[in-house]
Amino acid sequence: MSVLIDRFDVFAGGFWLTLQICVLAALGALILGAVVAVLRISPVPPLRAVGTGYVNVFRNMPLTVVMFFAAFGLPALGSNADFLRIPGLDVVFSRLGTDLPYFRFALIALVLYTAAFVCEALRSGVNAVPPGQAEAARSLGLTFGQNLRYVVLPQSWKASIVPLGSVIIAMIKNSALVGFFGVVGDLSQTADQLTSAEGYAFVPVAIGISIGYLIMTVPLGAFLDRIEKRQAVAR
Amino acid sequence: MTTGEPLIVLDAVDKWFGPLHVLDDVSLSVGRGEVVVVIGPSGSGKSTLCRTINRLEPINSGTITFDGQPLPAEGKALAKLRSEVGMVFQSFNLFAHKTIMENVTLGPIKVRREKPAVARERALALLDRVGIANQADKFPAQLSGGQQQRAAIARALAMQPKAMLFDEPTSALDPEMVGEVLDVMTSLARDGMTMVVVTHEMGFARHAANRVIFMADGQLVEDAPPAEFFANPRSERAKDFLSKILTH
Repeated sequence: MSVLIDRFDVFAGGFWLTLQICVLAALGALILGAVVAVLRISPVPPLRAVGTGYVNVFRNMPLTVVMFFAAFGLPALGSNADFLRIPGLDVVFSRLGTDLPYFRFALIALVLYTAAFVCEALRSGVNAVPPGQAEAARSLGLTFGQNLRYVVLPQSWKASIVPLGSVIIAMIKNSALVGFFGVVGDLSQTADQLTSAEGYAFVPVAIGISIGYLIMTVPLGAFLDRIEKRQAVAR
Repeated sequence: MTTGEPLIVLDAVDKWFGPLHVLDDVSLSVGRGEVVVVIGPSGSGKSTLCRTINRLEPINSGTITFDGQPLPAEGKALAKLRSEVGMVFQSFNLFAHKTIMENVTLGPIKVRREKPAVARERALALLDRVGIANQADKFPAQLSGGQQQRAAIARALAMQPKAMLFDEPTSALDPEMVGEVLDVMTSLARDGMTMVVVTHEMGFARHAANRVIFMADGQLVEDAPPAEFFANPRSERAKDFLSKILTH
């Protein structure tokens, strides 16, 4: 078990990189997922079709395959995903700005995939608002956008937040795949580094990695439980 | 009571819910200032009829005209039309996360772009009129059903609508609260508001309606002044319906 202490810096570095990709992917997925959710509940049929198509594709495809498409398809299209080299953001998240594009590719795959689930979590919240609320808003003459903004969304987030949290927890665990698609130094890839290259025994390394993931996911889960309890009381 | 061209005109309206023919060739016109009460057994299409007038339910064929204009398709124009037609629901549908005052001022401020102070002033006057001015800062769940429904009426009136639709406004209320809501509706009717009221309250139909519409199986079966309808229903369906509800 001495590897946990001796190579703490490697674990810490892996933790930091995984945290970075998770924060960025969560942000991206929440934004994209919200857009897709609005499409899916829009009164305009073609927009609804786009939203539904998106969810059907990305919710039903293995993340590994999405990662393959990002890591091999984007270069084939001549893209290095340079649009993600966002000035300012790449100061904190240094991998966004590197010449090697794999961090950006993995991020894109994780965002595209997770956004489909975020969309469904948001939509389940919207569906939890009694239809009479939106009907009353429409009958007052509120437009679709006003209806969402002033009536439906303020009431739906309560029902969305717990499923959303589960989606983000799943995303954190899914991020373990990025090491297999060229991202060097995230939490799971450190296992490969420490065992194959440096010869440490696998189990202690795996325990170290697990602790790293648990540090991210357990507090998030506890936070969600608290919110759920508070809601139960409010009801 | 009726002046000029009618405010609401339905012409040969048909609507299906799947295989169910909920509105079968319904034609109806409601004049300005007229109070039309729609009665009939449940499942007869009366609520659907009420909801087609502001297009909460789209129709399959026929035309509906409001204030000389055919109902527009979904979009800005329809939103504008809806803002001119007040609607009161069976289940009140007050915005649960907003106070009564916010419920009543949301439409005027966001749809009509009125100044909040102006909207609040009118809201207070309306809440006073329906007898719940002292509840303005409470949330809907803190009010009784009768108070909630009166707040919902105030919310609809705050848009200064040309007509009001009532979809079974007292059906979800405890018996002792029905009267307070009907009182508000009766006073609105006296003030000349154009109203379409779906209800089971025969007393209201008798004393406040200009016309009673009787519906059964999606068809408009009778259309008569209340005195005439209740004294001499012409159709067997109406006789049967009245015999069932008036004997108790």
